[in-house]
Amino acid sequence: MAYVAVKGGEQAIDHAHAWLAEERRGDTAIPELSLAQIDGQLGRSVDRAMGEGSLYDRELAALAVKQAQGDLIEAAFLLRAYRTTLPRFAHSSPVDTSDMRIRRRISAVFKDLPGGQVLGPTYDYTHRLLDLELAHDSGGATPKCHDPMTAMPRVPDILRREGLMEPDGDGATEPGDLTRQPLAFPASRDVRLQALARGDEGFLLALGYSTQRGYGGTHPFAGEIRMGEVAVEIEPPELGFAIDIGDILVTECQMVNQFKGSKTVPPQFTRGYGLVFGFSERKAMAMALVDRAMRAEELGEEVTAPAQTVEFVLYHADNIEATGFVEHLKLPHYVDFQSELENVRRMRREHETSPPPAGGGLGEGAVRTLVNR
Amino acid sequence: MKGYNFAYLDEQTKRMIRRALLKAVAIPGHQVPFGSREMPLPYGWGTGGIQVTASVLGRSDVLKVIDQGADDTTNAVSIRRFFARTAGVRTTTHTSEATVIQTRHRIPETTLRDDQIIVYQVPQPEPLFRLEPSRIETRRMHALADYGLMHVKLYEDVARFGQISISYDYPVLVNQRYLMSPSPIPAFDNPKMHLMPALQLFGAGREKRIYAIPPWTEVRSLDFEDHPFRPIRAPHPCGLCGATDSYLDEVVIDDKGGRLFVCSDTDHCAERRAAGHVGSEGLREAAE
Repeated sequence: MAYVAVKGGEQAIDHAHAWLAEERRGDTAIPELSLAQIDGQLGRSVDRAMGEGSLYDRELAALAVKQAQGDLIEAAFLLRAYRTTLPRFAHSSPVDTSDMRIRRRISAVFKDLPGGQVLGPTYDYTHRLLDLELAHDSGGATPKCHDPMTAMPRVPDILRREGLMEPDGDGATEPGDLTRQPLAFPASRDVRLQALARGDEGFLLALGYSTQRGYGGTHPFAGEIRMGEVAVEIEPPELGFAIDIGDILVTECQMVNQFKGSKTVPPQFTRGYGLVFGFSERKAMAMALVDRAMRAEELGEEVTAPAQTVEFVLYHADNIEATGFVEHLKLPHYVDFQSELENVRRMRREHETSPPPAGGGLGEGAVRTLVNR
Repeated sequence: MKGYNFAYLDEQTKRMIRRALLKAVAIPGHQVPFGSREMPLPYGWGTGGIQVTASVLGRSDVLKVIDQGADDTTNAVSIRRFFARTAGVRTTTHTSEATVIQTRHRIPETTLRDDQIIVYQVPQPEPLFRLEPSRIETRRMHALADYGLMHVKLYEDVARFGQISISYDYPVLVNQRYLMSPSPIPAFDNPKMHLMPALQLFGAGREKRIYAIPPWTEVRSLDFEDHPFRPIRAPHPCGLCGATDSYLDEVVIDDKGGRLFVCSDTDHCAERRAAGHVGSEGLREAAE
C-alpha cells in the first residue's frame, strides 16, 4: 500500500455540513417547522436557550433551536456567538420584580399572603402520564385570555418590614460584566449571579441538590417563586429620566435561609437569589440554592462543599465553555499522543533492563540539583 | 465579510486585546487576564489564538494556520477559512512566506525569522494546574515565583520512573522568572522557543489569558543537572523525505503492526521532497 498523506480536509468539511443540513430538514414530505411553532409549542426550549445564551429574543432563540435541531446547548452557543457581535448602547436599570405582572406566584412559607397563591401554567400536580390524545392533532380550543395579575408584594419584603430579613445591597456600584471583564477573585455577588444566570441548568441543579444532601446545607425555604412580565427601563444620560423599552418574561426565586447571627448581626433570615429569562423555575430555584451556598464565607460559615467553593462553581457553570473544552478532545492530538507513545516505549525498555529501585529513592546528588538553577 | 468588521472582531475589542498583548510582551511568560469574547467557534478549538491573530492581523499580512504541524487538518482548514472569509487576507502553507502563523500543538521545523509572529492556541495556560487546581493559589505562586511544587513533581518522576515523564506541554521558565506552559507542543519543540527571533504570542480564550515571549528571550525547559532535558522523537527517518531531525507522526498502515513514520510538519516535508530528498517509502514506490 502506498501511503497517501491525508488531504482533502476542506472537501470533507463541506460534505459534512451539507449532510448536516439534509439531516436537519429531514423528510421533506413532512412540513417544515416554523419559528412561530417552536416559540409557541416548544416555549420552554426557547426559554432555556435564551437564558443560557443570555439574549432575550424569542424569535432568534426559536431560530437557534431550529438550527441546532433541538440541541439546547448548541442553540445557546449560537445565540451567544450572535450576541457578542451586537453593539452595547445602554445598561438597563434593575428590573423591579415587585412590579411584575404575575402569571404565577407561590410561597412555601406563608399559607396566604397579599395577592394569594397563584399556580399559573405549572406542571406541578400533573400526573406524569403520557397523554396519548396529544399524539394526534388536537385542533385545540382557542386559548382563554388569562389576564395577568397586578403587582403583589414579595415575601422577603414582607419579612424585612419586621427586620427579619437581611437588607438588600445598596446597589451603588456599577455591576460587573463577565462578558467584558474576565472573572477575578474574590468575585462579587453581582458577578456570581450573572455567572449563575448564564450557567448550565443541569450543573446548577446537581449542585443545588448536593446542598440539600449535606454538601453545604443552607436550610432553605422557598420563600417565593414568581413568574411574569417585568418592564425593562433604560435611562439615557441625554434624557435624564427612565424610558420603558419593553417587557421580558422572567422567573424569580427567593430562598429564605436561616442565619444564626454573629457578634455584630442579630439572628435573621438570609437569601439565596435566582432570576432567569422565561419560565425556568427549576433553574431559578437551583440558582438560588447555589447563590446562598456561595455566600458561606461572607456569612462566616465553614466552606467545605463544592457548591460553597466560589471558584469551583463559577469556573464550571458555563456550558458553552464546558462543551467546547470537553468536545475539543475529538480534535487531532496525533502529535502529543506520538510523544506519549515514544515516552511509554522508552520507559518500558528501561523498565525491562533495570526496574526502578523498590524504595524509589535517588542519590543525594539528585536532591541537591532540585535547586532552581 | 458583509456585516462584520475586518477580521471579525470590532476595533475596540482588538484594541483591548492589543493592550493585553503589550503587557504580556513587557512581562514575558506572565499570564495576562483579558476580556475574551465569545467566538463563533467553540471554546477549546482555538478561540484564544483566533482572537490574538485577529488583533495583530493587517491587510498585507500572509497567514498560515497549522494543527499538529499540518495545514490540511480539519480545524486548521476551518480557522484558515474563517480568516480568509472575515479578513480576506492572503493565506499560505509555506512557513517562509507567512508573516503570521497560528498553530496548535507544533512549532514549524523551519527556523522562524524576526519579521514573523507565531500565535499559539492554548487550552490550559496555567502550567501548575495539575498540581494545584485553584487559580487563586497558582496566581499567588507565580507572584512569589514559588515553583517548588513543579520541581518536586519532576523529582518524583525521576524517583519513580528514572526520568522525567512529561512528553508534551513540558513546562518552561521564561526569562528566568515565570513558569509557563508552552501549550501542548511536544517537548521536542521546546528548544525552538529559546532565543527565537520571531515574536511568540499565546492565546487562551476559554481561560481568558494572554501571554507572550518577546524575540530573543531565554526559554529554559525545567530539568536537573543529572537529569538534563531530553527532547523526545521517534527514532526513525521520515518515510517520505528521509529527514532524521524532524518531528514525526506515526501512521498505522496495516493491522499487522506495520507503521510508517512521516514528518508532522507537512510543509517542511513537501519542501524537502521538492528539493529531491526521498525516504524509504518513496524509494520503495520508485522500485515497484
